[in-house]
Amino acid sequence: MKIAITVNGERHEADVEPRLLLAYFLRDNLGLKGTNVGCDTSSCGSCTVLIDGESVKSCTVLTVQADGSDVTTIEGLAGDGALHPVQQAFHENHALQCGFCTPGFVMATVSLLQESPNPSEEEIRLGLEGNLCRCTGYHNIVNAVQSAAKAAK
Amino acid sequence: MIPAAFEYARAGSIDEAIELLGREDAKLLAGGHSLIPLLRLRFARPSLLVDIGRLDDLRYVREDGDRIAIGALSRHCDLAGDPVLTKSAPLIAHVAGEVGDPQVRHRGTIGGSVSHGDPASDLGTILLTLDADFVAHGPDGERTIAGTEFFTGPFETALGQQELLTEMRVPRVDGGIYLKHVRRAQDWATVGVAAARVNGGVNVGLAGMGGTPLRARAVEEALADGASPADAAARAAEGAEPPTDVSGSAEYRAHLAQVLTRQALEQL
Repeated sequence: MKIAITVNGERHEADVEPRLLLAYFLRDNLGLKGTNVGCDTSSCGSCTVLIDGESVKSCTVLTVQADGSDVTTIEGLAGDGALHPVQQAFHENHALQCGFCTPGFVMATVSLLQESPNPSEEEIRLGLEGNLCRCTGYHNIVNAVQSAAKAAK
Repeated sequence: MIPAAFEYARAGSIDEAIELLGREDAKLLAGGHSLIPLLRLRFARPSLLVDIGRLDDLRYVREDGDRIAIGALSRHCDLAGDPVLTKSAPLIAHVAGEVGDPQVRHRGTIGGSVSHGDPASDLGTILLTLDADFVAHGPDGERTIAGTEFFTGPFETALGQQELLTEMRVPRVDGGIYLKHVRRAQDWATVGVAAARVNGGVNVGLAGMGGTPLRARAVEEALADGASPADAAARAAEGAEPPTDVSGSAEYRAHLAQVLTRQALEQL
């Protein structure tokens, strides 16, 4: 099926199989390997991207469903050589260990802070419940989100 | 994991969706958050997916006489913050806000969730408890299915092959409570118990206690006869045939149903 998707501001036209999951379209067709596939069962959140500004698990979205949408991946956050404020906050708070889950956590955080600009610690933990860190480095991730929220004020 | 190949058609209207469903092994796709995991595991292998995800006319919550009408394509995140629900059926808003996680709630729809027919479904159990009616459209037009008739078996509903759920209607209900026990965060409920005051009585619903969401009729009758919450709750598992699986044995579930029902009734 012929589709047109805007990814990180760039329009892409492609002819894809209906069964192609968005995560694999981003990784394999567009070469955007920042979107990691972890569990492949909608659980871990590593593949989180934004569709029209809202966080989704791209392993659970068919590419054809995203036809006509605006997709943002981790590669689309930084601009002009400067990290996105959420990326910067993760960097400063050492909010990662092995780093595999990090793109998903960053994208989920961007969406969370859009919906809830001043989240409490509990709201942050609940807001990121769709993302798993196998290194269990949650504490610094929460710190990073708090710091990103403060920086945005 | 990669789904088996299927064809894909995007329906531009309810009527077009009904027509497309006429094909054997065709299946509806709304948000996809029940179906796509099954496709990936190849537990579901439809020949055609009929995508109704863009029928935005089915995305609404509105007051309709003495009832609240919820469009089937309303997403969980829409319902969680909906002002009409928050005022007139807050239990639905509360439970929709606890489905899955934010990413799931951005895509998953209430109609898709209940049409999936999971016996441990939180929202299915809430709708059954609130005496919801389910409105379906098919080749013969519109029909209304009573909540008690909607869930017919594990992952089965009263919807026909060419029918789609378009709306759910619930009465205005103040308060209400849903308690569930999960083994790990985000698991499906091992057992869930809903309780709400509906039309002068107390309705009690159970998730995970059988092949479909259930009403705890013995509890409701005991309460109507003036029993205390503790005495009524002792009858929570009566007539239920809970499964034994990795989340718990049938005996454990029966025990949980009684404990959660007592807690729910005491907090109601």
